[in-house]
Amino acid sequence: MIVEIAISACLVISGIFGLVGSFGLIKLPDPMMRLHAPTKATTLGVGGALIASMLYFDFIVGQFSFHELMITLFLFLTAPITGHFIAKTHLHLTHKPGDLPPTGGDRPWAGYESDVERARIEAEADAAARQG
Amino acid sequence: MIGYALTFAFACFGLGLLLNIYRVVWAPTKGDRILALDTMVINAIALLALFGILKGTTMYFEASMIIAMTGFISTVSYTRFLLRGDIIE
Repeated sequence: MIVEIAISACLVISGIFGLVGSFGLIKLPDPMMRLHAPTKATTLGVGGALIASMLYFDFIVGQFSFHELMITLFLFLTAPITGHFIAKTHLHLTHKPGDLPPTGGDRPWAGYESDVERARIEAEADAAARQG
Repeated sequence: MIGYALTFAFACFGLGLLLNIYRVVWAPTKGDRILALDTMVINAIALLALFGILKGTTMYFEASMIIAMTGFISTVSYTRFLLRGDIIE
């Protein structure tokens, strides 16, 4: 009985979080704010669904399975990476180099550095590391 | 009780998937479109996990693992293409 209540609570919470994440993608006004809603809330929603299925297969069907933990771990590892890449792409497509604040070093923002310039700077850093 | 909660979760994730399709078709910027595709993949994984509970088999977890990997790689390659014009440098 307690397990059933726990599974149902996990399912309801995950459904609400998934819906809120997808709704925030439409509702929020600014692109950077829209980035915030799905990467957090939908990952928590999937986490709830996978915890519910783990409890269900453990206690009601009676067979233990590790797959859900693997999927949860994979999603938790990849969600920040995709979020970072999408934010960088948005910055690159909508802002000009002059609009951005200075980086505080010699090199420009990573999206705007040309391949030739980057190769030169990295070769210089390699040479300096070899001498030092 | 699990049946009702499962139906509720199915309805929520299905509605979320429809909202994502709306955002993919009518998106203000390209970043929103990639984000909506990424969210669609995540919602599909949740739907597959729920379907596994409904049918009582663990067979669908391999499928959702593969969908998770494909979704991650496609999102990263799309953003790399927009950033650099090149996927593998």
